[in-house]
Amino acid sequence: MQLARVIGDVVATRKDDSLTGVTLLVLQPIANDGSDVGRTLIAADTVGAGVGEIVFFVRGKEASFPFYPPEVPVDAGVVGIVDHWHVG
Amino acid sequence: MQLARVVGTVVSTQKHRKFANAKLLLVQPVTPHDEPKGPPLLAIDSVGAGVSELVLVVLEGRAAGEALGRKAAPVDAAIVGIVDELAVSE
Repeated sequence: MQLARVIGDVVATRKDDSLTGVTLLVLQPIANDGSDVGRTLIAADTVGAGVGEIVFFVRGKEASFPFYPPEVPVDAGVVGIVDHWHVG
Repeated sequence: MQLARVVGTVVSTQKHRKFANAKLLLVQPVTPHDEPKGPPLLAIDSVGAGVSELVLVVLEGRAAGEALGRKAAPVDAAIVGIVDELAVSE
């Protein structure tokens, strides 16, 4: 998993049927100090996160597990909202 | 598996149910010479690791889910060992 900041959401009308009702968020991965690191990505939301929140997300096939049994074609999913984190 | 240094802790109340009672640690992947390698990651801890320890991390869903003891959990990284000693010859 990785920490990220939610910086937006995506509206898509024409999409794979199994994505109906799935919220898509724009994420900016962040480093330990909260600064941006790496490229932004789109992730499916499973916890009700919103713009401005710090979240953690999972990459790969595991991102589709929360939607099981439908096999949803996603490669990243937000799986938690961060209350706070501490480094050191 | 990857070597990583535990650098921090993360607290999350609202998370996917398969994460219930799971401990989340921030880890920085490192080379065998303890130099940082790539971005920091969030991993499930199943062995009781703490900040500043050198650990073994699996970066694969099935293995991470097994470390958590739950099938089909949306996890992709887990700490599966604490390194006591590391010998590298070059």
